[in-house]
Amino acid sequence: MSENHEIVMQAKHIVKQFPASHGRTLTACNDINLTMYKGRTLGIVGESGCGKSTFVRMVISLDKPTSGEILYHGKNITGLSKKETWENRQNLQMVFQDPLASFNPKMKIGDILTEPLMNYKKIKRNERDAKARELLRMVELPEEFVDRYPHNMSGGQRQRISIARALSLEPEILVCDEATSALDVSVQESVIELLVRLQKEKNICMIFICHDLALIRSFAHQIAVMYLGHIVETIPGEDVSDHAVHPYTKALVGAQFSVHMDPAKKIESIESEAPSPLDVPTGCPFQNRCEHCTEQCKKEMPELKEIAPGHEVACFYVENMKK
Amino acid sequence: MKKQNFFLAHKQFTLFFILALAVVGTAIFAPWIAPKDPLEAVMIDSLKAPCAEYPLGADKLGRDILSRVIYGTRTSLVSTLILVATIFVVGTLLGIIAGYFGGWIDQVIMRIADMMISFPGMILAIAIAGMLGPSLRNGVIAITAVSWTKYARLARSMVLKVKRNLYVEAAIVNGTSTFKILWKHILPNMLTIMTVTAAADMGTMMLELASLSFLGFGAVAPTPEWGLMLNEGRTYMAKAPWLMIAPGIAIVIVVIIFNMLGDSIRDILDPRQD
Repeated sequence: MSENHEIVMQAKHIVKQFPASHGRTLTACNDINLTMYKGRTLGIVGESGCGKSTFVRMVISLDKPTSGEILYHGKNITGLSKKETWENRQNLQMVFQDPLASFNPKMKIGDILTEPLMNYKKIKRNERDAKARELLRMVELPEEFVDRYPHNMSGGQRQRISIARALSLEPEILVCDEATSALDVSVQESVIELLVRLQKEKNICMIFICHDLALIRSFAHQIAVMYLGHIVETIPGEDVSDHAVHPYTKALVGAQFSVHMDPAKKIESIESEAPSPLDVPTGCPFQNRCEHCTEQCKKEMPELKEIAPGHEVACFYVENMKK
Repeated sequence: MKKQNFFLAHKQFTLFFILALAVVGTAIFAPWIAPKDPLEAVMIDSLKAPCAEYPLGADKLGRDILSRVIYGTRTSLVSTLILVATIFVVGTLLGIIAGYFGGWIDQVIMRIADMMISFPGMILAIAIAGMLGPSLRNGVIAITAVSWTKYARLARSMVLKVKRNLYVEAAIVNGTSTFKILWKHILPNMLTIMTVTAAADMGTMMLELASLSFLGFGAVAPTPEWGLMLNEGRTYMAKAPWLMIAPGIAIVIVVIIFNMLGDSIRDILDPRQD
């Protein structure tokens, strides 16, 4: 299905390492390969510290990868000059996790919303107010908000402002870094609905970082599961619950709970902690928490292999896991 | 209505604000308030004790001390304002550059600042003022050269704190230029603390200028300036103590007013910081 869509961006062999104390290196992302399509949503799931935020920071050119390429319409954006990076930012916008912290407390909503457009000289000073009102309408907020300050709004309203600001430049790729995790569950849904509607209208590619698998599978076309800097499985969103193969994905699916579930069913949790990214074990990254771990897993790193269209898994025992 | 509530709610601030206005008023309206010309010497009245004609006495040249103290407000206030404004602008600017860009430029600016504070401030100021030659302007330059470091350090640490905010990152993603980030996102969010510091520094700076003048490196005769007046009166301390009492008390009062004003501004602004 995703083959019918135009490729917007491709991450190829992205590695990001940070120097740590005592000469060690922290590997936040290890050989990430992902493809993003126009008008589609790529969900990235994983626990805290697995490198998903680091990855999107590289996508929006806030960080440079240690090695690897990020191709935007076939052009590598990791080696651009300052000017080119600045030009390219118009195409890649981001909605941050904490909407309040992502607004300057001294600026009014109207100025916040139109700042990106002013930066790229897309509108004139006297058009600011009208444009701000138009953007507010787009995210279903009252136009009077132009004169408010961010701290006078609710979390959901702020996140709508955040979305409006990110979309004001009409980017091709919208990155949402846990854009809903700071919100009430009731508000989450309406924000997601808004995002999905805007995505359809403007045909944008969305990268949605989330640690709530239940939420993301409801609207992501493709889900990439990250663990300790590795992609362990990519799977179409609708297949996650039934066809997940990697033990980690399965564990995440098992750890979900909902009001509709059978009360007798046990909510599975994953034993022990993830290893430190300072000290990544050789072999499969998930080895110490996997019940199916064998000698081979401890020695060799499993490669991502396609087992069905749009479904890749990094595990030696795909056949066993399917059962 | 709202203004009135504000002043009622902050009584200390209101009190010192009114007093500070009185000081500023004295400076502005000096020609109308002062009974005599501060430069007019009447030699037969030399060192005259306070009396009806000279409420605070007369100095060695028979000039009216009350008038000189009143005119001295002008000199002190104007030079202090220029001084504080200069160190505020210079220090903040250098601090922002050091804090935001980091790297070698940070090293250069902050090492120069370290050099400046490794000397006792007053002595360095005396050295600079001595090299430039005594005048009020050179006194201001000398104290600026010594005092900007405090603002640079404060501004730098504030920038380092504000820079970490998500909205600065968001601004980068939005394509905001570095200059605009500094001007619109960083500066407004650190200005409150900087302003409070400047307000609280008014008194200290006034004192430093007066000290420099007292030592003969600031204002030169016949300018009516408090520090200079103190110095002139020093010789006659036993014979005519009013020569020192009047400008001394003037310094104490004005410095206290501005210190207390600075303190109350801080009390008002600080709780709202976060």
